[in-house]
Amino acid sequence: MQIQPLPDDDLDPRDRGGQAQPLLIVEGLRKFFRVKTQDGKPAAVKAVDDISFTVFKGETLGVVGESGCGKSTLARLLMHLIEPDYGTLIFDGEAVDSPDGITVDTLRQQLQMVFQDSYSSLNPRMPVRDSVAFGPLVHGKTREQARAVAKDMLTKVGLNPDLFGPRYPHELSGGQKQRVNIARALAISPRMVILDEAVSALDKSVEAQVLNLLRQLKRSFSLTYLFISHDLNVVQYISDRVLVMYLGRVVELGPVEDIFSRPKHPYTQALLGSRSSMDPARRLEEPPITGDPPSPIDPPSGCRFRTRCPYAEAVCAAEMPELSTWRDRESHVTACHMQNSASGHSLADVMGRA
Amino acid sequence: MDGSIMPTRMLLDIEDLTVRFVTREATVHAVNGVNLQVQAGEVLCILGESGSGKSVTLRALMRLLPAGRTRIEGRITLDGQDVLSLDRKRLQAMRGGLVSMIFQEPMTALDPVYTVGAQIIETVRQHRGGSQRDARARALELFELVKIPSPERRLDAYPHELSGGLRQRAMIAMALSCAPKLLLADEPTTALDATVQIQVLILLRRLQREMGMGTIFVTHDLGVASEIADRIAVMYAGRIVEEGPVADILNNPKHPYTQGLMASTVHAQDRQADIAAIPGSPPDLRRLPAGCSFRPRCAAALAACRERVPTPVFPAANHMARCFRVAAEMGEGA
Repeated sequence: MQIQPLPDDDLDPRDRGGQAQPLLIVEGLRKFFRVKTQDGKPAAVKAVDDISFTVFKGETLGVVGESGCGKSTLARLLMHLIEPDYGTLIFDGEAVDSPDGITVDTLRQQLQMVFQDSYSSLNPRMPVRDSVAFGPLVHGKTREQARAVAKDMLTKVGLNPDLFGPRYPHELSGGQKQRVNIARALAISPRMVILDEAVSALDKSVEAQVLNLLRQLKRSFSLTYLFISHDLNVVQYISDRVLVMYLGRVVELGPVEDIFSRPKHPYTQALLGSRSSMDPARRLEEPPITGDPPSPIDPPSGCRFRTRCPYAEAVCAAEMPELSTWRDRESHVTACHMQNSASGHSLADVMGRA
Repeated sequence: MDGSIMPTRMLLDIEDLTVRFVTREATVHAVNGVNLQVQAGEVLCILGESGSGKSVTLRALMRLLPAGRTRIEGRITLDGQDVLSLDRKRLQAMRGGLVSMIFQEPMTALDPVYTVGAQIIETVRQHRGGSQRDARARALELFELVKIPSPERRLDAYPHELSGGLRQRAMIAMALSCAPKLLLADEPTTALDATVQIQVLILLRRLQREMGMGTIFVTHDLGVASEIADRIAVMYAGRIVEEGPVADILNNPKHPYTQGLMASTVHAQDRQADIAAIPGSPPDLRRLPAGCSFRPRCAAALAACRERVPTPVFPAANHMARCFRVAAEMGEGA
């Protein structure tokens, strides 16, 4: 291969495609779970339904959405913890789980995950230093090497390895356990980490500490994050770009400033409008939308948000809106008939031009 | 609250409440001398992190803590009754009648084997008597009040058949069924999605106003408190460290813990800078440090903080802080 040497001399030797090559490309990912309804009829939970997006090297992509929107299923699909029905993953230019690409094992050496429940994701019968050392051991390090890695990683996440290493998970606080989970995820030097509601269960003062830690680790290990959260304030703080999901579909995707200052999709607008101003003099008097998200079992036809959308019209029930054309990392795209002047929605012209 | 002095009626008065959980291995000092008053018709938010004693305070008030291993001291006076000395029968009349409670997880708080309608009917008949038909009419009325769509049908639904938001509305309906004078809400919106959370908050605020209920609302979320509270009491390690009108506490917090909590709450921060987190973690309630419990994490600690628990000072009208630093600054200002 003839590649121009880059001036950047601390370039990751595992970086095969170069800076312009996205670290992860997800195309047409789909996962339906077969279930039975209460009267025994077969049905499908459309957890992730035709999702495509790109994660660039060194960025933090935030994923937001309410419970049941498929964000955790998405994370598990990316890790191949569950098998997708359809869709391809391309990690740094190589197809995952494909004959001419990389294996799932190779993927997992470069992609790791931190879960929400810091306790149930650690082995309760193992001192936490062994949990951290387990990954390196499995991936071919000797016992001594793995121990050394564990010690180093615990230090890097702010835990004294001599004090905390020998402890069992139940002897640690929630914040400390989550630090251990982060150390474990980083112990095999991944290039990308999926953080699935990783700070959601923590108290505010501890959450802030862990967010600072995550930012610092990202800088020192040149990591790429997929940050899944229901907390819009946290996503706004930590993300470079944001992907908004609703009932298994991407409804909006774009740079964080665009999403938070100029949201296009009525659902994103409602999500942002549901946030407290933190000012008792400016309380919300009316909820932006009413009702709960519908069940992902047999979701509404057409646009899945139409049952709660104040602008819904006939076209929204008849046709599923497609995501507008995505070009590059500056693109701000949305799946809404109002944004497409050809859709036939009466507000399409007004909104589409805006 | 506009600051004018209104003729108010004391609904709840908690004096020097102490709750300890005693086991063979250790004694957990969950609540350590809490004083609280709630007037009729006012919303008090207890703000605190896990382990601060906010839920234990509510449970002590409802007498829900296991009698065998709980030591409760102090005095709780609710609408003229001494709660801690009530006998079983009076206690049953109090719970659900005079005071009722909404929990964080409606799925575990509701009985899974009865329909939500049946559970409300049972509560209504227990406290008010009357026929099954009247109680069902009351239940329907309540479902309409909490804005449950197709209420008639939903009365016959089991808890698992309802969405999270509807379950929480059903629990609110049950809590309000006998028009309590005091409503206790323990993180009732925490488990709900963002777009549903704000609906339930606005509903609760409206019902509270219309029914004139005194309310204690426990939360860890400053945003939730700013939406619903008249007053905020900030708890740390089983003590109220700061208390005052909602705008005072949020705009002008005095206690270093409240200040730290506000700084570490992510809300439109500079994306380039770290969040000003409070270092360390809350103390072990089995081994509380001497003096001020926040001292080990406090950047502004004085020598006195190590020796004694700070006594309340009032930096502004109705605004209390338990902090030697605040007291010292007030002294300088005087």
